[in-house]
Amino acid sequence: MTNEPESDHPDTRTKLPNSQGTVGRIIVLPWSKAAEIAVRSIKVRFWRSIITTSSIILAIAFLMSIWTSTCLNLRLTQEAIDRPALRTALMKGGLDVPVSSASLNKKVAGSFSRLLSSIKTRDRWLIVLSLLVCVVGIVNAMLMSVTERFREIGTMKCLGALDKFIVRIFLLESSGLGVIGTVTGILVGFFLTMFRYSYTYGFYPWKYFPALNLLQSAVLSLFIGTMLSVLAAIYPAWTAAKMEPVVAMRVEA
Amino acid sequence: MVSHAIVRTKNIKKKYVMGNEIVEALKGVNIEIAAGEYISIMGPSGSGKSTLFNMVGGLDKPSEGKVYIDEVDVAQLDAYELAWLRCRKIGYIFQSFNIIPVMTALENVVLPMTFAGMSTDEARDKAARLLATVGLGQRLMHRPSELSGGQQQRVAIARAMANDPAIILADEPTGNLDLTTGKEIIKLLKDMNEMSGVTVISATHDMKMLDISDRVVWIRDGRVDRIEERSALDIHVGGIEGEPE
Repeated sequence: MTNEPESDHPDTRTKLPNSQGTVGRIIVLPWSKAAEIAVRSIKVRFWRSIITTSSIILAIAFLMSIWTSTCLNLRLTQEAIDRPALRTALMKGGLDVPVSSASLNKKVAGSFSRLLSSIKTRDRWLIVLSLLVCVVGIVNAMLMSVTERFREIGTMKCLGALDKFIVRIFLLESSGLGVIGTVTGILVGFFLTMFRYSYTYGFYPWKYFPALNLLQSAVLSLFIGTMLSVLAAIYPAWTAAKMEPVVAMRVEA
Repeated sequence: MVSHAIVRTKNIKKKYVMGNEIVEALKGVNIEIAAGEYISIMGPSGSGKSTLFNMVGGLDKPSEGKVYIDEVDVAQLDAYELAWLRCRKIGYIFQSFNIIPVMTALENVVLPMTFAGMSTDEARDKAARLLATVGLGQRLMHRPSELSGGQQQRVAIARAMANDPAIILADEPTGNLDLTTGKEIIKLLKDMNEMSGVTVISATHDMKMLDISDRVVWIRDGRVDRIEERSALDIHVGGIEGEPE
């Protein structure tokens, strides 16, 4: 229906834009401002944020410890071939060192995909499971945060926030927590594994330190952790964005 | 009426489905609110007062009938246009204040101006001015947790005025305040109404509100029971002024 009643103030009509493009330019939330709001929200609910983050810290620490030990095992067994002292140390620690260098060289070409493929199937399943549990944990925590903040979200919408602003704020919040949690997890996983290896094999793990492979593992972990926390926030952010502004009027807690 | 109608409803009805029953919250309401008026919507809970209030505020759509805000049919607007309307045309004030807890008073007032695309410096200046107007010039950097209920409601009024709206929609603005603070807030709303000519529409139980309203719309059982003009009200409520309801 287009037959709207005549207005005695024609200027008021023209002020209301009628195409999405115009309004998109009129209603804005710069990324910097959204990031500021997200950071504040994390800080204000500091302990809650830590609980949310801890699930990703644990999962990434587990992933990183598996990768670190895989890198170390490969490097140490490779180095042990010409070094009887190292070989003895490894055997004592329970590492199986192949005798022929031919079979070994094929396995350890130093490439990262080789490294990944040398992880045991059981460990792979454990990694996948722990990451899934972590995602569920984040979804749960973010959903709780959304329902808790219905009034804040409704108010923002009453002030003119578009759905995408709300999505933006929640995704930024979650990815911020994701990056912090992942970095912490990488450090925790790496250092715990290094300590364990140092305890068993002494100085060798530091002497034959597989720096490149470890760096690759860390980067991949960072990517996985951040992606997962963003993915986990999509549903809660969408729930938040779909809230009606009228929820701001609700009086009960 | 000399001034134009800022809000006009045309036979609006609202039906809710509750279980297998259809509840009619509004049964055909026609009201016209002129620009610059101070209107109170009164009625017992369950009368349809909140439903009507949400409709004239662009927060809810009627099942039947039309709501025109500034001569624009609200039902015709898409999500972007509705957001624009809420941002620029309407300022909301809530019973529970709803100051964004992670932001200072100043940032709360700046936020709607940010949405409206105003530069940060300009918005900060204007927000500081508005907060000074509502008597919080010394508390710009306070968080809501550091402000009393009355002060939070003042921040809310400054925030509602941020984009120079045509309408202020106040939902039980004194509902969570004590008598004296409530009076101050009512006076402040009236000042805003007189100073800037903004239309104030408030849903309330508060009899103190009646004194300063230009008109009072009484809702009963989903219909407009009666509309009283200020002149009639003076006689009507004169006796109970100052009583806590």
